[in-house]
Amino acid sequence: MKLRSVLLALLAVGAMGVTAALLYAWESPIPPIDPGSAGAPDRAKARRGASLALLGDCATCHTAPGGVPYTGGLAMPTPFGTIYSTNITPDPETGIGRWSEQAFVRALRSGVDREGRHLYPAFPYDHFTRVSDDDAEALYAFFMSIDPVKSSAPPNELPFPLNVRPTLAGWKLLFLRQVRFVADPSKDEKWNRGKYLVDGLGHCGACHSPRNLLGAEKTSASFEGGEAEGWRAYALGQSSQSPVPWDEAALTDYLARGSHPQHGTAQGPMANVVDNLSLVDPADVSAMASYLASLGKGGERNDVKIPDRSGPGRLPQVAGAQAATPSIPSDPGGAIYAAACASCHEGDRPLPLGGLRLCLSTAVAGETPTNLINLVVRGIPASAGGSARPIMPGFGDVLGDQQILDLTNYLRTQFAGKKLWDGTANAVAEARRTR
Amino acid sequence: MITLTVNGESRSIKASPDTPLLYVLRDELGLNAAKYGCGLGQCGACTVIVDGKAIFSCITPVMVLEGRTITTLEGLGNPDAPGPMQRAFIAEQAAQCGYCIPGMMMRAQALLNRNPHASDEAIRSELQPHLCRCGTHMRILRAIRRAADEMRPKTANARSER
Repeated sequence: MKLRSVLLALLAVGAMGVTAALLYAWESPIPPIDPGSAGAPDRAKARRGASLALLGDCATCHTAPGGVPYTGGLAMPTPFGTIYSTNITPDPETGIGRWSEQAFVRALRSGVDREGRHLYPAFPYDHFTRVSDDDAEALYAFFMSIDPVKSSAPPNELPFPLNVRPTLAGWKLLFLRQVRFVADPSKDEKWNRGKYLVDGLGHCGACHSPRNLLGAEKTSASFEGGEAEGWRAYALGQSSQSPVPWDEAALTDYLARGSHPQHGTAQGPMANVVDNLSLVDPADVSAMASYLASLGKGGERNDVKIPDRSGPGRLPQVAGAQAATPSIPSDPGGAIYAAACASCHEGDRPLPLGGLRLCLSTAVAGETPTNLINLVVRGIPASAGGSARPIMPGFGDVLGDQQILDLTNYLRTQFAGKKLWDGTANAVAEARRTR
Repeated sequence: MITLTVNGESRSIKASPDTPLLYVLRDELGLNAAKYGCGLGQCGACTVIVDGKAIFSCITPVMVLEGRTITTLEGLGNPDAPGPMQRAFIAEQAAQCGYCIPGMMMRAQALLNRNPHASDEAIRSELQPHLCRCGTHMRILRAIRRAADEMRPKTANARSER
């Protein structure tokens, strides 16, 4: 009898707990709007939204390879399972055509869709929550002005209990701080604009900060480097491993053009980011650079010789000519470098016509071997976007695993002067697997 | 001394180990099908097949190729007995100046060996690393489709014709 009442009491408490959790997790649906009821779009507002959508890299995730922009369907592998991006064109059935402005702004900042379902934080609402009312409304105006396309994303592939969306309310309770951006009056307008874009729409920390076991950014380690789609997103600011410290001018150049003669070329997911940034107001790019530069510089290295700049007083380099290769070192990796790499990387042709001197490369000096191995195995494919980028042939079919390891170890020792990475062999296997 | 297996034959190479494969093929072995275009692995004219994969021979030093299987265009057939890829390119008259064609044929061959049913889209995307500035692109695509038809095992077709 006594046991039974204890059990009943426990059950009652448990039920109340579940009910409370469900009540906490519950978000009300926002009534659908009649598609087309919005009337003539505000073109100026939509145009501003288009630029903001580029700053937020919306199309980068909301477009499947070869698909129509913003129709979703991109598979995003996460440590927890595969999530597919959604259609954010104004199609009434498969897109956001029935979403009111209020529903859109709530989704952007709180990660809740029009029907009241919690969205997975692969959608970086932990950053977008900082976006201002004006900008959120401009983004809505832009998305409602593009052509509606009927297209449904495949269902997410997530294990229980992650496939139960109310659990996300718990994640948000732990990790989502819903705060708008507040300007720091002690800093100038440009810096504040930059911080607003970097921390908000630009969601730079989503890749460049490490994440905890529950997939949330470690706020104590902001910009200390993270992972993105099989690439290393390098540490920024004081933890940067770049052989030449970044300054505002270099950051501006790199973000706007996708490469910098002393730092190299944006690769992997960052290539999409710089493609987008090449199309926005240059003032926004230099504002982001201003803020990022204020994060500080990595340790100075005095052993990096910056090659002479091309220009008056220097012999012009002929694009296409092979440079004389250095003599073969006895090191097996060095021999491969001298015979296969040096003709481009020591040719001193300027980017994008020549390869970067590897003493300048963050891929060689960086925190993990991932990017260097990716580059050696896959090369840099010609850009489909039309912007002039360096290209590099991949060596994955030419070099065996041991040869790649020898080469990597040589480059790391010779050009970065750092101790060898752990996990290089794994990185080779992974780069081959995901080619 | 380095030993290479080229078109099924074992060849001893006198050149220094850092010599690009292309120079060895052309200057030492007299296999002139692979062409020097850019010397930087960016145009595709020098493409040959190593262990089933199309690679740029101009940037591949012979020292990394010991024990691997190298096939050049000469290995696909000769003027008296051209192989299916070569017959298809002749039939479609797919060469204008022809300088880039040996490389294209080698990459197409590697693709069809791997995937005899390659789609048009797959063929186009596979040949993307090859630069060509003359006017036969559509003929090149037709030639590769023709070669694919000829190279596929005939059993399925033969049965349907009966």
